[in-house]
Amino acid sequence: MICLPTPDQTIIARRASIVRALREFVAANGVIDEDVRLAAYETDALTAYRQRPLVVVLPETTAEVAAILAFANREGVKVVARGAGTSLSGGAIPAADAIVVGMGKFNRILDIDYANRCVVAQSGVTNLAISHAVADRAFYYAPDPSSQIACTIGGNVAENSGGVHCLKYGLTTNNVLGVELVTPEGEVVRLGGKHLDSGHYDLLGVTVGSEGLIGIVTEVTVRILKRPQTARALLIGFDTVETAGACVAAIIGEGIIPAGMEMMDRPAIHAAEAFVNVGYPLDVEALLIVELDGPAVEVDYLIERVRAIAAQNSARGIRVSTSERERLQFWAGRKSAFPAVGRLSPDYYCMDGTIPRRELPRVLAAIVEMQARYGLRVANVFHAGDGNLHPLILYDANVPGETDKAEAFGFEILKLCVDVGGVLTGEHGVGLEKRDLMTYQFDAVDLDVQHRVKHAFDPDVRFNPGKVFPTLRRCAEQGREHVHAGAERFPDLPRF
Amino acid sequence: MNGEIETARLCPRDAADVAEIVAAARRPLEPVGFGSKRMVGRPVTAELLDLRALAGVVGYEPAELVLTARAATPLATIEQTLAANGQRLAFEPPDFGRLLGAERPQTIGGVIAANLAGSRRVTVGAARDHFIGFRAVSGAGESFKAGGKVVKNVTGYDLPKLLAGSWGTLAVLTEVSVRVVPQPELDRTLVIDAESVHAGTTLLRAALGSAHDVSAAGFDPVRGALLRFEGFAPSVEARVHALCEELGCKPRRVLDGAASHETWSALAGATPLASSHVVWKISVPPADAPDVLARLRPEQYLLDWGGGLIFAAYSRVDAAHVRGALKSGHATLLKAPVTDRAVTPVFHPQPAVVAKAAERLRAAFDPRGILNPGRMS
Repeated sequence: MICLPTPDQTIIARRASIVRALREFVAANGVIDEDVRLAAYETDALTAYRQRPLVVVLPETTAEVAAILAFANREGVKVVARGAGTSLSGGAIPAADAIVVGMGKFNRILDIDYANRCVVAQSGVTNLAISHAVADRAFYYAPDPSSQIACTIGGNVAENSGGVHCLKYGLTTNNVLGVELVTPEGEVVRLGGKHLDSGHYDLLGVTVGSEGLIGIVTEVTVRILKRPQTARALLIGFDTVETAGACVAAIIGEGIIPAGMEMMDRPAIHAAEAFVNVGYPLDVEALLIVELDGPAVEVDYLIERVRAIAAQNSARGIRVSTSERERLQFWAGRKSAFPAVGRLSPDYYCMDGTIPRRELPRVLAAIVEMQARYGLRVANVFHAGDGNLHPLILYDANVPGETDKAEAFGFEILKLCVDVGGVLTGEHGVGLEKRDLMTYQFDAVDLDVQHRVKHAFDPDVRFNPGKVFPTLRRCAEQGREHVHAGAERFPDLPRF
Repeated sequence: MNGEIETARLCPRDAADVAEIVAAARRPLEPVGFGSKRMVGRPVTAELLDLRALAGVVGYEPAELVLTARAATPLATIEQTLAANGQRLAFEPPDFGRLLGAERPQTIGGVIAANLAGSRRVTVGAARDHFIGFRAVSGAGESFKAGGKVVKNVTGYDLPKLLAGSWGTLAVLTEVSVRVVPQPELDRTLVIDAESVHAGTTLLRAALGSAHDVSAAGFDPVRGALLRFEGFAPSVEARVHALCEELGCKPRRVLDGAASHETWSALAGATPLASSHVVWKISVPPADAPDVLARLRPEQYLLDWGGGLIFAAYSRVDAAHVRGALKSGHATLLKAPVTDRAVTPVFHPQPAVVAKAAERLRAAFDPRGILNPGRMS
């Protein structure tokens, strides 16, 4: 049970005047204060928690954002920035005494610059829209979080989003060249641009992944890449998780960095196969999908190298895609793993720790032991190339106590990730969800330094309250509410 | 005074000593390894905090693609350790020793504190992009850590990014973790004649915008356009062929292996400009390079990063002229006599709002202002 911050009642008491003031800054329909419309902003993709915001404002220009933030600064009102609301860690969950600044109207691509191989987009543009905008010249934007059809580039900057291809192509932070940021004091700052690196401190680097705690990004410059000529995949089964892990290490040991390398355990394989019927082997304990992309000559060459490595590492069946259709089929099961698992159980809770890959057998064995202890099942999908685990804990929130049990189970897994030398979150962010676990990975001095970095940007600590930093307060009120199977947000989004 | 004058030297034996020294310090400290970069930045009057005892690889498992080392581990040690396992640092730190007239060993911590990047910057990033975690001592004398030892991590602020390129003004790095990558089977460079810098940079941009995975693209007015291909041998062969077909270019020379490698280490270290007294390192949008060069009118120059990096050499410092030539980007006075560096902002002046944030960050890490005070001003 995670506490939402205790709201400041004096701010709530001033709600009417705050709403009136906001109407001065944006178009008439840009301020939302009716209960029925505010309901749409109550949560993000961490749907177990919800909170009605004080008010929602939808600016259309950087000047409007600056005016809103300057007002909030003067009046001492808290602010929560929101893109598409697809955060899995509760990064966009509102506060009862905070203005939600929705960036949905920042939906224009401002500049497509092939000479400098970059795109300048407003922060509410979706991740996938950037790739679509440059597709006719066969360019694309590399980071591909699974929610890319809906999630915004501004949200990607806030969370430093990853994706299945980030082992080869990097995270958001490695692909963003610049941002326009409005500070908590309402000042507009440009960090980076179309050039590389900073001439002084790398404020851009610290902005990416700052989870909405240091300001609001209004514009983003990203680098674009030429789309690889071709991509092919292998589907490889193993009798044990250990042999699958050894195969991954051997591939990397031979100097091969695949575009994507995904592993599924037996429960995940079975759930996916039952859901999409793509011919996954059902008699194996682990399944590896290895994708190689690049020039055709290279891909064909590496496919054979990986095939040979797999054969030497006790693979139980190797299939190589011979067509684009077949490649997509290999992925179909993996990409539908979350909804597939969702069919096995009324609810599931997705975790996101990263571990050194060598620890995989130990961690999976411990999760098996925990399943017995908690009486809950788990299916595991795993970005095998970079050690990012996504255990999916199956539970039924209608059974009293089971939600708390699932949460406790998840937190035990994350602590184990830290124990074996890993981290709490590989790509979903700390947000509200993992805030109270931060003390497990970081000591008081580590966190104090991070706090001071926040203060440097946000001296009054008004931005995205209750996120990232642990609070020792006891819960004042229940913020959690259950949304049952089928009613989850973005049910049509692939999740991987 | 940055390499010219020897001052008092404090020699911690380990990270705990560093914390103790910094906490007890009443006067400014200049963290150093072998001093290979002391002549970069505004001159600092400080006691030397000699970190050379903090050396050695702490953890390295090639299959995890991560190496952890104490901050003053010589770069050469790191590179040898990686090479013995068929790996390397993707960002290929340049060595400015020849250019700066001080051929001393670099340390991994120094490379990171300066956010160095070689020619592959344009495709794989700089030190900042491969620096994933650290232990350090803040200017307040606190030992702290940030980031992690796994390649995918978004837990907490990305403080490694902030420390990379902070030139020892925020904290003293004591241990660092970096992402590493496999070494390519083949390293091949094409040297292509170009009629003009305009033609040369157009070629670089076309090559980087192709699907043929060019890993670096530079221009040396003496040698011509330089394109680098790395990877598995059959792939390199095919890509070189395809690119030459696509762009209709005929290389004057093809360099493999050591010859290719040396070409890029010379370019990235700006060694052809070593005889110049004043060298600027300028980062601009790559397509701006020809126009910026026309305004810069340097005595000598080199281009890297597809045109995005300009090394411009002069016989004297004229910061207003150089910085006035840029519409965007930044210019760092990489090499100049100490008397010039004392009176010229070495790092690009920032807009007031950004400078305010930078100043607050500095105070957050080093409230007493004792680490390299003034070096980045």
